Amino acid sequence: MPDVKDVGALMSVTYDIAARDFVRAGEAANKLKRLLQQLGLDPAVIRRAAIAAYEAEMNIVIHSYGGQIKVDITPESIEIFCEDSGPGIPDIEKALQEGYSTASEEIREMGFGAGMGLPNIQRSADEFRIESTVGRGTSLQVTILHEAGE
Amino acid sequence: MQPYFHSVTLETENCKGCTICIKRCPTEAIRVRNGKARILELRCIDCGECIRICPNHAKRAIADDFSLLSKYKYTVALPAPSFYAQFSGQDMSISRILQGLLQLGFNAVFEVAEAAEHVSLAIRRYIESSSIRPLISSACPAIVRLIQVRFPELVDHLIPIHAPVDIAARLAKEGIMRKLGLRREEIGAFFITPCPAKVTAIKQPIGFQESWVDGAIPITTVYARMLKVLPYAEETPGLQEASSVGVHWGRATGEERAVRVPRRLAVDGIHSVIEVLEEIEVGKFHDIDFIECQACRGGCVGGPLTVQNPFRGWVNLEELTRDLPSEINPEVAAEVDKRWEEGFYNLESEIEPRSILKLDDDLSRAIEKIELLEKTVQFLPGLDCGSCGSPSCQALAEDIVQGLASEGDCVFVLRDGVQSLAEELLELARQVPGSISHQETDDKTTPSRDGREE
Repeated sequence: MPDVKDVGALMSVTYDIAARDFVRAGEAANKLKRLLQQLGLDPAVIRRAAIAAYEAEMNIVIHSYGGQIKVDITPESIEIFCEDSGPGIPDIEKALQEGYSTASEEIREMGFGAGMGLPNIQRSADEFRIESTVGRGTSLQVTILHEAGE
Repeated sequence: MQPYFHSVTLETENCKGCTICIKRCPTEAIRVRNGKARILELRCIDCGECIRICPNHAKRAIADDFSLLSKYKYTVALPAPSFYAQFSGQDMSISRILQGLLQLGFNAVFEVAEAAEHVSLAIRRYIESSSIRPLISSACPAIVRLIQVRFPELVDHLIPIHAPVDIAARLAKEGIMRKLGLRREEIGAFFITPCPAKVTAIKQPIGFQESWVDGAIPITTVYARMLKVLPYAEETPGLQEASSVGVHWGRATGEERAVRVPRRLAVDGIHSVIEVLEEIEVGKFHDIDFIECQACRGGCVGGPLTVQNPFRGWVNLEELTRDLPSEINPEVAAEVDKRWEEGFYNLESEIEPRSILKLDDDLSRAIEKIELLEKTVQFLPGLDCGSCGSPSCQALAEDIVQGLASEGDCVFVLRDGVQSLAEELLELARQVPGSISHQETDDKTTPSRDGREE
C-alpha cells in the first residue's frame, strides 16, 4: 500500500520496490498511473510519467538490492524520486546510451535489459537528474511538467 | 453532454441481482442497486460480455430487424465474414449463403469481406506513413471505446481508418447509385452483425458524423430464416468476390495477416486485450508495428450475437475459404491505391479520450477524494465479494467517495456495525438503574446492582 501524505507538494506517494521480484515488477508504475488518471491529469503527461516510473521501477528490480519510488504531485509538475541501494553505475554517460546494458544473460532472456531504460526515462522527462555511487546505490529525479512542450 | 445510445440493455424482469455480471464487466460499468443490475451509461462500451455471462438472460442487445427493409426502395445486405462461419456442410459455399440473403428479401448483397481487403491495404499504407508504435486497429468498436474510457493515453495509437462495414456500405451504395440511378437515401444498407458494439457504432459513430449503414440485424435474427431458405439457395456465379484474405477477418489473426506488416500480433478476448494495453501504457510493445485487438475470444466468430460455437465457426471459415484465392485481387489493390490518395478511408475527426477514472474536475478536490479513497479501502475487507453491488472493494470505495454508495453497503462493515450496536444495547440494558431492576440474578458478569460499573 502506498503511503499517502502531504508534504509541501499537493500530494505525495511512496512505493517500495523489491529487488528481483519479477512477479510484482511494474505494480508501482501501474498504481501511479491509476492515481494520475484519477486525478484527471492530461493523458500525454500520464503516459510520460507511467513510462518513466515503469522503467525506473524495472531498473530497481533488475539492478539494485531494493529501493523506493516517491512521487510528488505539485501544481506545476510530477516529480519522481527514485532511490536504491545497490552496486551503483560506474559510467553514467555510457548507461544513458541507447542499447547499453549491464543486465545479465538471465535477465535478458526474460526480455528485459535491452539498454533502453535510462534513455526512455530521459526521453519522457522535462528535467532529469541522476547520481550514483559505486557500491552504494543510485538516485534519480525526474520532472514532468503538466504543461510542457515535448 | 450528449446522451449515449447503448445496444446492450437490461431486461429488468429477468434480473435477479446476482452480481455475476458486475465482476465480468471490463469497464466496471454495472452496479447492482435495489436488487437489480444497472448499467452506467458513461462507462459501458457495448462489448456484450454481460450478455454472454448472464445466467438469467437479463442482458439484451437492441438491434434492428427485417421490418426496417420496407422503408427503402432498394436494400443491400452487408454480411459480416463471421456470418458465413455459422454455416457448414458438404455443399455449403459463400455463394449459396449470399444467394440465401437475396431470398430473404434483400435486393443485393455486398460482402464486408471485400471491404475488409480495402481496409487491410489502407491500414498498411497508414502504418507506413506513421511513426507511432505500436499502432492499434480500430476495427473492433468495443476496443475503440475501451481505449477511450480506460486507456485514454492510447487514443493516438488507434488507426484512424474506417471499419470494413462502413467502407462496405459506402462502396455498395455508390455502386448502386451509379448503376441504377438511385439516390443515396433510397438505398438501405443492412449489416448482418455478430455483436452489439457494431450496432452502437452504427447508431453513434466515433470519428465521423453519420454512418452509411442504415441498420444492423443480428446474426441470431437472420440465422433461423437462413436455415429455411438455404436448401433452395443455389450456387450463383458473380455473387462471391472476396478472397480468403478478406473472409478471414471474421476470426482472430485474420486482420493481422491481411495487413501483413513486418512486426505484428493479434490479441483476442477483452481481458487479454486489457493486459496488452496496460503494457503499452508503460512503454512496452514499441517495437511492434501493428496490433489487432478483438474484444471477443476467437474474434468476430465469438461475437455475442452469433449462433455457432466460436471454435466451430473458426473451422467453418477454414472450409468455406478452401477454394478461394489466397491473395487480394490486384484490381482491388489498384482501386485502394487510388481511393487512398483521395482520403476515402480516413476517419473525419479524431478519436477523443473519454476517461472514466477521473474523480473530480478540480485537482485539489480530486486529491481530497483520493485520500478519502485510500482510507475507505483500508476500512473495507478486501474480499471483492460483490455483495455490495459494486464489482470490488476498490470500486465500492470509489462509489462511496463519489457519493453513489455508503459504507453500510458492505455486508462485513454492516455486520461489524450491527455487532457493536448489539453489544452497546446489551451494555445499556445492563445499566438499568437498581430502582427498577427487580430481578435477582447470580450472573457474575452483570454490573453491580446499583447499575454502575466500577
